[in-house]
Amino acid sequence: MSPYVVVAAVVVVGLLLFVAAMGARRLLAPSAPTRAKLTTYESGVDPVGQGWAQTQVRYFVYAFLYVIFAVDAVYLFPWALVVRSADLGAASLAEIGVFIAVLVVGLVHAARRGLLRWV
Amino acid sequence: MASVDLPLPRVGRATDLAPQPIRVVLNWGRRYSLWVFNFGLACCAIEFIAASMARHDFIRLGVIPFAPGPRQADLMVVSGTVTDKMAPAVRRLYDQMPEPKYVISFGACSNSGGPYWDSYSVTKGVDTILPVDVYVPGCPPRPEALLQGILKLQEKIAAETLSTKGIRGKYAAHRTASAGEVTRGLVQPPARPVAGERA
Repeated sequence: MSPYVVVAAVVVVGLLLFVAAMGARRLLAPSAPTRAKLTTYESGVDPVGQGWAQTQVRYFVYAFLYVIFAVDAVYLFPWALVVRSADLGAASLAEIGVFIAVLVVGLVHAARRGLLRWV
Repeated sequence: MASVDLPLPRVGRATDLAPQPIRVVLNWGRRYSLWVFNFGLACCAIEFIAASMARHDFIRLGVIPFAPGPRQADLMVVSGTVTDKMAPAVRRLYDQMPEPKYVISFGACSNSGGPYWDSYSVTKGVDTILPVDVYVPGCPPRPEALLQGILKLQEKIAAETLSTKGIRGKYAAHRTASAGEVTRGLVQPPARPVAGERA
């Protein structure tokens, strides 16, 4: 139980620090809102358009392939460090097999859609 | 422009009530954490960059040159030639800096127009569009001159007293002004002398 008391104390102290900093700012800081100050920062020129912008939905395939080929590497590298250990090796090999299998489903889907064709 | 529905400028309640020692501490914090927003408009910017680098190193004076935008900056250093086309952007970015804010005009061009004072397009000093705290003379000034300007500004900050009355006085005239008000139309060329007549 006592380690969690330490964690709770750290959380409480963190919250107190946050409240103290924000309260001090509120009590001390000058505030002079003007219209120019409240406009969007656009390097000094007038902002154009709105906060919402459209993106072509077809760019999702880049995100898709990125997740398949890059994000999985992030998980494979730490796994490579423990694969030879006695207690984690066999279990982690099976788990990473499941993980890769899920990714392969996505890769097969990408291949069937023709996303892997070199144009 | 629509009617003003913004709250009036004020400082925090504790600042108005703070005794002198607390004010000294607050000013001390302000003068040694000047996040600087650089306006590198011409060759003076190279001297500014030199002042920020290892040899002159104004970070040791508490000037931090990494403000990602005006909203995080305390100090604007206008280093270079301000043109009439650039003036509204300079003004807008100054307006977007939070209080309290300071301006150093660095070099002859931003002080007065400098060697381009008679150009059709050059603003005759950045102090025509925003209030300047410290002028650094030179064409271009050496980085040491900027360091001296920073020291002068820090003396000024140490001596200042922030108050609601003072900040309201500062904003008494132009709370709804926009940067567009420092634009101007095209300058007509001077009349040409008639052929056969000497100017």
